[in-house]
Amino acid sequence: MQEKTLMKGNEAIAEAAILAGCRHYFGYPITPQTEVAAYMAKKMPKIGGTFLQAESEIAAINMVYGVASTGKLAMTSSSSPGIALKAEGISYLAGADLPALIVNVQRGGPGLGGIQPSQSDYFLATRGPGHGDFHVLVLAPASVQEMADLTGKAFELAMKYRMPAMLLADGTMGQMMEPVVLPEPKEPAAQSPAWAAVGTECKRFHNVVNSLYLDPLTLEHTNFERFERYAAVERDETMWEEFLMEDAEICVVSCGITARVSRNAIVEARKRGIKVGMIRPITLWPFPKKPLQAAAEKVKSFLCVELNMGQMKEDVELAIRCKKPVDLCCRVGGMIPSPDEVLAKIIKANEQGG
Amino acid sequence: MDYKRLTLFAGHYGSGKTNIALNYARWLRRQNLPVTIADLDIVNPYFRTKDSEAALAAEGIRLIVSEFANSNVDLPAMPKEAYELVSDPTVYGVLDIGGDDRGALALGRYVPAIKEEGSYEMLFVVNRSRPLTRTVADTLEVMGEIEEACNLPFTAIVNNTNLGLQTTASDVLSSLEYAQELSQKTGLPIKMTCAAGWLWEELTGKVPDLFPLSIQKLYYMIDSEVNSWQN
Repeated sequence: MQEKTLMKGNEAIAEAAILAGCRHYFGYPITPQTEVAAYMAKKMPKIGGTFLQAESEIAAINMVYGVASTGKLAMTSSSSPGIALKAEGISYLAGADLPALIVNVQRGGPGLGGIQPSQSDYFLATRGPGHGDFHVLVLAPASVQEMADLTGKAFELAMKYRMPAMLLADGTMGQMMEPVVLPEPKEPAAQSPAWAAVGTECKRFHNVVNSLYLDPLTLEHTNFERFERYAAVERDETMWEEFLMEDAEICVVSCGITARVSRNAIVEARKRGIKVGMIRPITLWPFPKKPLQAAAEKVKSFLCVELNMGQMKEDVELAIRCKKPVDLCCRVGGMIPSPDEVLAKIIKANEQGG
Repeated sequence: MDYKRLTLFAGHYGSGKTNIALNYARWLRRQNLPVTIADLDIVNPYFRTKDSEAALAAEGIRLIVSEFANSNVDLPAMPKEAYELVSDPTVYGVLDIGGDDRGALALGRYVPAIKEEGSYEMLFVVNRSRPLTRTVADTLEVMGEIEEACNLPFTAIVNNTNLGLQTTASDVLSSLEYAQELSQKTGLPIKMTCAAGWLWEELTGKVPDLFPLSIQKLYYMIDSEVNSWQN
């Protein structure tokens, strides 16, 4: 096992991306994710990689498109307002079936909002950030270790299913420091994938990377084919963690920093004899519908703990077909609920029953 | 342990400067000195001295911090009162400098006055468990960049090797050799080796100039496993 390193979440993303074999980073500074770019700026030149501070977020995502077209691992990172700017480019990546990693270390909004942590880009990430019918893989880390692990996982899944992946962290995850065991280094792939636009050497028909289809029927078929892939992702790649769910009567649903706070509240509630557990979605798309449906058969109610006005709550209600009541505990604008605030909501849910 | 009128904590970002500065200010205050701590960090948006504002006030320690700290204003602003620290020789000042050369750049404007008075310690805080200061060679590079940026040479080293709330005594003990080597290469003494309170008993007598730390409270809401240990 490798030695533990004390890292900021943002540094862990950058180092894990390099260890996953990524040698192309394009970004533009914005709080609270700037350390990703700063780390890449320091390290990429030393290992023969490319760090490029683009003239804008839009330029950066289109540079990612360019490198991704050649079948190489490429990434960009930003925070909420910057991700909104990248939306067009993400749609083009999806339309061209290109793998790429987009890191979003969320801050409060809407608009310019603020620099303190948030989870208010849940809709933006899970509904396909851009125009057209598409999804991106969405992974939500809840520790600095997961910032590293899920960065590698995001690249792996993006490449496997030829689709963009978004690491959806909140500002706290980006800024907090925890010990990390870094993954084993992987060298960049020596061979390009069969679809990559890297030159034919007159040995094959040329590959085209494009999202424009002149024939409507062909465009319809590409959409159908893409959604067949999405079905496979939903079937095989959904990730979640269950905590004290065996006998739970209340099910907390939370991801990222609020899952960490909720865990404290749950431990405290258990000391008071309240049967409460948690389902923590790790992939937000695909959303862990199955464990929530199973929980809906057993628990009296659900409690979503989020740094937004209840965006994930809608997915929980949808997943369980509104079978049980779903309450919300939320803070926004850069505020984080304390364990006591979550505990109060758990106690209330317990008193109300189903 | 000796102290000077001004104590400056600089180093690689994430090395623990803010927390050590807070603990050092408390240590000075316990000796009945008039203490002011200044947060001159122009780099970090979260986890700042301001998180301990109420606790410091209760102990009679003055906090100088940018009015924009912990707000949504994303400005690398210096607190306007910071110059009081160098101009008023009756207070004992603890200066928390931003990380790396970029953070240390902001110190430059105070350096001529600090050098002229001559009663200061410029401390290099280092954590061997951080990715960019793992080796002595890498650490020397960071030190050089900071000294060049602020034009104030370091006078001593603070070994703050830790893995956050998961730190064990052996993490600290195994860093001593590295700190010694850094000391030999730079010719600077090791002023102290820091360790969180839960390691204090285990490390006493094994580590010279051990300095006990308590941790800013904010982290405790994230990890229930450590809630049982609170200072």
